[in-house]
Amino acid sequence: MRYAMAVDTKKCVGCSDCVVACQTENNVPIGYCRDWVVEVTNGTYPQLEIEIRSERCNHCDNAPCVRCCPTGASHFSDGGIVLVKEKKCIGCGACIASCPYDARYPHPEGYVDKCTFCLHRVKKGLQPACVAVCPTKCMYFGDLDDPKSDVSVILKKRKWKTLIPEAGTKPELYFLI
Amino acid sequence: MKEEIIISGRMNPKIDPVLNIWHWEIPLYLFLGGLAAGILFFAALYIILKKEDEFPTAVKKAPLITPFLLIIGLIALLLDLNHKPYFWQLYTTIKIQSPMSWGAWTLMVVTPLSFIWAALNIKEIFPTWDWNISFLKQFEIWCRKNILPIAWITITFSVILGIYTGILFSAFNARPLWNTSILGPLFLTSGLSTGAAAIMLMSKNHIERKAFARIDLLLIAIELFLITHMFMGFMASTQVQIEAARLFLGGPYTASFWVFVVGLGLVVPAFLEVLELSRRKIPVIVPATLVLFGGIMMRFILAYAGQASRWLY
Ligand code: SF4
Ligand code: SF4
Repeated sequence: MRYAMAVDTKKCVGCSDCVVACQTENNVPIGYCRDWVVEVTNGTYPQLEIEIRSERCNHCDNAPCVRCCPTGASHFSDGGIVLVKEKKCIGCGACIASCPYDARYPHPEGYVDKCTFCLHRVKKGLQPACVAVCPTKCMYFGDLDDPKSDVSVILKKRKWKTLIPEAGTKPELYFLI
Repeated sequence: MKEEIIISGRMNPKIDPVLNIWHWEIPLYLFLGGLAAGILFFAALYIILKKEDEFPTAVKKAPLITPFLLIIGLIALLLDLNHKPYFWQLYTTIKIQSPMSWGAWTLMVVTPLSFIWAALNIKEIFPTWDWNISFLKQFEIWCRKNILPIAWITITFSVILGIYTGILFSAFNARPLWNTSILGPLFLTSGLSTGAAAIMLMSKNHIERKAFARIDLLLIAIELFLITHMFMGFMASTQVQIEAARLFLGGPYTASFWVFVVGLGLVVPAFLEVLELSRRKIPVIVPATLVLFGGIMMRFILAYAGQASRWLY
């Protein structure tokens, strides 16, 4: 099993509903966020092109955050989802410094927090909150090892990219372009 | 033209707009660790070379301060943790791929060693010192008998500690400025150099001071070589590392790095040491303090500049 997510940059309108849905679903402390929306503008007026991306932890296959964690608090859970065990985390910040995407943050209670791909929902057969709430239905989630899953199907059909693949992290968050 | 903005307004404390997860605690801890490693290295070295009589400060006096250095360093490390009550989790596993982990374990070996070195020489300061407990007395006798193996263990672990202070940074590929394996040898050399400077400051023996001025001069030359090498490596590397090097070559950290670290911390003390070795009267306190100052500045500037360097996307 290998969980992954694909985000359609052509469909996303940048409404930030995914950000709010995540904050509500996961009780994210006020002033923090686990996902965020990036807008890239390319070219000169009037020939402008934009790309909008809903970003979050990439649940990297070769995750530097897991590698550098001294206690094993950062670990791979079901289907390669990268999680942090609060009770094991000493808050040393090594994983935060090691993430090229700045996807983690220190929770005000001290441990490190980040996107969980909503594993608690996925276990119940639901979609992650951001995917479920998206009004344009631009996100796809599922198991890459299952050729019939939403994410496998869309990745076969469309062109895609990952962010900073040259950092060697092997991200599992795909952007349809 | 390409412009990239986070339109949902991410402002996670300590992450945005520029990463600032590590503050003064980590560079201070790295400095004190490197300094203690340097002092213990020379103490053990001259025991192994059987030159303890020629270098009384290095072997006997300087190790007395190492337990304090390491304990202050460990306190700084503890202060840096965001989830302090759980710090003991560090000592529940060893994770070889995590420098934080094996560094913590190295300190677990070096700190007791530093206590042994201090205890063996406490009579240097309190000539009438008596342990009063027979077990401790026996332990002292045992240590004195086995001083050679202890010295070998100490010298090995002091080198590991010195290198670790650099590897802690260089293991992060996410921060291109840190991601150079030169940092390990550079921090080790700098640690040895600050150790030599501390010994020079404490020594009253003219010959010993001169010997350490010579050693320090060599170490400074190695550091300058490694720094040059580091920049050559960056400039010949990928765009992210070229950008990282620019932090020091025209970017916001240019003045502080070249003035405090390279100028006042390396070139000026080297020049003063050359003058001293050519028999001019230079008060030793000046070059030695400058070396210590340069060592601490190097760690501070690299800690902050490293967090400002990132992948461009
Ligand atoms: S995106 Fe960052 S936090 Fe997420 S798995 Fe990759 S390195 Fe770790
Ligand atoms: S902050 Fe926590 S999860 Fe991150 S590396 Fe340190 S102990 Fe591991």
